[in-house]
Amino acid sequence: MSVALLLVSHSARLADGTAELAHEMAPDVVVANAAGDVDGGLGTSLEKVTEALTDLLADGAAGVVVLADLGSAVLTVESALELDDDLPPRVRLASAPFVEGAVAAAVTAQQGAGLDAVVASAEGAVTSIGPRPVVELVEAGPSPDAGPAGTVVAGELVGTVGAPLRGSDVATARTVVRNPLGLHARPAALVARTAASFGIPVRIQGVDATSVLQLMALGTAAGTELEVTAQGPGAETAVATVVGLIDGGFGEA
Amino acid sequence: MGLDVVWAERWVRRTAEVVAEAKDELTELDRQIGDGDHGENLHRGFQAVVAKLDEPDAAERTEVGDVLKLVATTLMSKVGGASGPLYGTAFLRAAKRSARPEVDTSGVVVLLEAALEGVTSRGRAEPGEKTMVDALTPAVEAATAAAAAGQDPVEVLAAAADAAEAGARATVPMVATKGRASYLGERSAGHEDPGARSTALVLGAARDAALAGPDR
Repeated sequence: MSVALLLVSHSARLADGTAELAHEMAPDVVVANAAGDVDGGLGTSLEKVTEALTDLLADGAAGVVVLADLGSAVLTVESALELDDDLPPRVRLASAPFVEGAVAAAVTAQQGAGLDAVVASAEGAVTSIGPRPVVELVEAGPSPDAGPAGTVVAGELVGTVGAPLRGSDVATARTVVRNPLGLHARPAALVARTAASFGIPVRIQGVDATSVLQLMALGTAAGTELEVTAQGPGAETAVATVVGLIDGGFGEA
Repeated sequence: MGLDVVWAERWVRRTAEVVAEAKDELTELDRQIGDGDHGENLHRGFQAVVAKLDEPDAAERTEVGDVLKLVATTLMSKVGGASGPLYGTAFLRAAKRSARPEVDTSGVVVLLEAALEGVTSRGRAEPGEKTMVDALTPAVEAATAAAAAGQDPVEVLAAAADAAEAGARATVPMVATKGRASYLGERSAGHEDPGARSTALVLGAARDAALAGPDR
């Protein structure tokens, strides 16, 4: 069984909604909740957290990545880990935004990644709530010398844009988004899973195509032109497959 | 003359009493700069600890750490918000460093240091942020000084309790930069921090329990 997620929230409804979102994008990943206090009110409960972690591990989870929503939820999880020595080796509390972290972690876990990689993707999700990558500005806008309107502000280029892929083994193709809502949650998850399956770097508009959050942050819609690149063995196939997915409109066009 | 399991249990029961008496005061302090549940939460937590102590079929407690561990796990389970995990961690770390039938002078200092270390690491807090740490830090410093001066465990605890009391009062002018009170910014100044106040109460109860011992 893959790495499972545990959502520790003050609110059962918040946890349920977040689990629903994660499940939509990563249907095979087990996402459990430990939400609300013991009386069903707002709060967190050490018992609920400990029981949920123990159950997930007993059910065969390779590990558990925990997302917590507010300060005292974090403290409750840390207390649970400190009280039970059996838990820490296989449980990691991600320092990540609750919803974005859960979604990113679920998609990475769906790809069969290990505990460290799932935690890393949750923690990387914080970039998705920073400024959006100004990819279109870089590609289509006038040169920085052209004046304020087209000036590329370096600070807005968040860390999501990787170094350009260069070399003889790089494949590139351009396509146009067809479905009205573009790479929103479900299509982004589909593209990310597909891109990850090739095991080589795949980029869309310069961002990591295996990151559902970076794909969503591109803010695409029908008509947006996208450049897909990949580098390494199978790069041509990877690019063709990803372009094929986008061209297919995800059943929405 | 060390402090034993009987002292530890007396400490816990005394804490439950003083927290019950101060419940409304703590809640009022917390209402001014927090969410107004500290008194009620801590009261419920220590009542639950006493109920556990009173369980007839409980395993025999032979070490000071056994009592403190019971406090830790009960507070973590029963006290909501941040104070459950913070007090729970303080007692848990103290329990780990007091796994013996009685603690002597240096043992008291080690116990308090462990509690402070638990709160600072769990809460990522430092002195001056208007938190429990502002009562606990001077308490550890005073206990260390008293122990170095050759005082006995009861005197060391008394020094710690007095310093915690002064430390709690010193939080009044502070501007909170940690915890919920920090949301208030400058408006948090002028109020005593409820966590620092309750910390002073807990250490005062430790001193009272020691002074009430048969050797005094």
